[in-house]
Amino acid sequence: MMDIVTMSRNSMSQPSPIHLFFKRLFRRKLVFIATLVLGIIVLAAVLAPWVSPFKPDAIRMARRLKPPNDINWLGTDEFGRDILSRMIFGGRASLGIGAAVVLLSMSVGTVFGLLAGYVKGLDALIMRLADAMMALPDILLAIFLVAILGPSSGNVVLALSIVYAPRVVRVVRASTLVVSELPFVEAARALGVSTFRILRVHVLLNVASPILVQATFIFAYAVLAEAGLSFLGAGVPPEVPTWGTMIASGQQYADDSFWVVLFPGLAIVLAALSLQLIGDGLRDMLDPKLRKAL
Amino acid sequence: MTKPLLVVSNLSKEFVTSKGRLRAVEDVSFEIAAGEAFGLVGESGSGKSTIGRLVLRLIASSGGQVRFDGQAIDALPERKLKPFRAQAQMVFQDPFASLNPRLRVRDIIGEALDTHAIAQDRRTERIGELLEMVGLQKAHADRFPHEFSGGQRQRIGIARALAVEPKLIIADEPVSALDVSVQAQIINLLQDLRARFGLALLFISHDLDIVELLCERVAVLYLGRVMEIGPTERVMRHPRHPYTRALLAASPKADPDGPKARRLIMGDIPSPLDPPSGCVFRTRCPQAQSLCAQERPLLRQEQEGHQFACHFDLAREGEI
Repeated sequence: MMDIVTMSRNSMSQPSPIHLFFKRLFRRKLVFIATLVLGIIVLAAVLAPWVSPFKPDAIRMARRLKPPNDINWLGTDEFGRDILSRMIFGGRASLGIGAAVVLLSMSVGTVFGLLAGYVKGLDALIMRLADAMMALPDILLAIFLVAILGPSSGNVVLALSIVYAPRVVRVVRASTLVVSELPFVEAARALGVSTFRILRVHVLLNVASPILVQATFIFAYAVLAEAGLSFLGAGVPPEVPTWGTMIASGQQYADDSFWVVLFPGLAIVLAALSLQLIGDGLRDMLDPKLRKAL
Repeated sequence: MTKPLLVVSNLSKEFVTSKGRLRAVEDVSFEIAAGEAFGLVGESGSGKSTIGRLVLRLIASSGGQVRFDGQAIDALPERKLKPFRAQAQMVFQDPFASLNPRLRVRDIIGEALDTHAIAQDRRTERIGELLEMVGLQKAHADRFPHEFSGGQRQRIGIARALAVEPKLIIADEPVSALDVSVQAQIINLLQDLRARFGLALLFISHDLDIVELLCERVAVLYLGRVMEIGPTERVMRHPRHPYTRALLAASPKADPDGPKARRLIMGDIPSPLDPPSGCVFRTRCPQAQSLCAQERPLLRQEQEGHQFACHFDLAREGEI
């Protein structure tokens, strides 16, 4: 009887897990605002051809370096191109590169982190390699790698993934060490479950939350680093609009025409800040020790 | 005694730590017959859980031998252990950490069936049967571990162990994390299942009363070494080792008219990093003499199957 009562209550009135997830995440106003801001930026980038007022590469030398006005809301650059339109299209490259770096560094880092944390013999090897890579400053290592690989969007993704993968390895390894000592992993081993399945089902599922949190941080770092690389001329070729290349090519006009660099810079700050705040929110929510305080 | 199911001989385990070598288990030997319940008792740190893990080869031993059904388990390569994994299973102490919180009960028990390709054509039914066997319901299969109480979770853990139809179950303090009222239920369940399937049981516990209730034979461990071993009845009623006596005296008895004098042992168990010379118990033994520091007492026979490791025969020299 009891069971029927509790089961029907579960299926009827309990909100879905996804609903609950966002309800808890948005309990902090700042996280909600950050999600909103990021949502707008992402939406604008995805819908760029429809929402941008001008073509991003439409040159009108007659209207070069105009301050923000009622036609070009955020002004024009040195070729008379509309800053807002370039920012909207630039978001595609910046966010796209960020997302690709997250995907690549996460998958590589997770695999090596799981192996380092679970297979005793591989731990020292993988971690010393990761330490060696982390000992170099991020941007220097990235510049070095792009210099070797050649400047292109794909190579920037590759270089930044190599730079950030060791961070993922560290986080995943630490969580794996904790989880693989738990009795349910021991129980699986006592059953003769394969190592592959233990890692996939028993370890990975239980280290997913720190990985998710790390993903948001790496997204933010990657957006910043892409801008930095492009600014230094070691990133995406300058003709491709990204927030970083816009600042790079506009810097020499910044003294008289601040809007050329201010607005792309603002886009970078807003995107990175939102991602960091969302990451913080996720971490606090998923950390059971902090969960009660929220 | 019939041909033993499990033979553990001279088993040792040494952990290399940053502070030196830690001898967790040293020279432990015992046998368990098919269908027999064998108890391992001792204080925390006595190496009893380590022995359970060594027997299942969840950790590698440093010396000695484990034979199961005539086969040397510790000599097998990992990939050849699978048949053994279906024969010997474990029930864990912490019911909250022994079930993967992300899996439904169906998948927790199902994993055992899938790994050994058991009942694949009637998987759902079999999971339901196993749940009912341990006193739960078929409908519980769709739930997650956090929806259950500690006792219910322990039942799920037992169902998982039973899924592969083992001959031996190692129960590592299976009730010490549970309320007393629930403890009795789980003990009864283990006893029922043992009778029903002829399971052998290696019962690891610090609770002498439960061991007396459940086990036919018992070994008393101290600092990784066997102090006394024999039929539970003999060991409990006529303990020959001072440590066994002290343990029995320290365990509370619901008998107001019983002897009041308690000979409690003082202090803590010494560090296994630096065990005392000779007899490891001598630092806390009320009867220790100079011989105890020099020579390690070997197990000696008291009666058929009852052995103890002490230089002095308490019974013959009278009560000290």
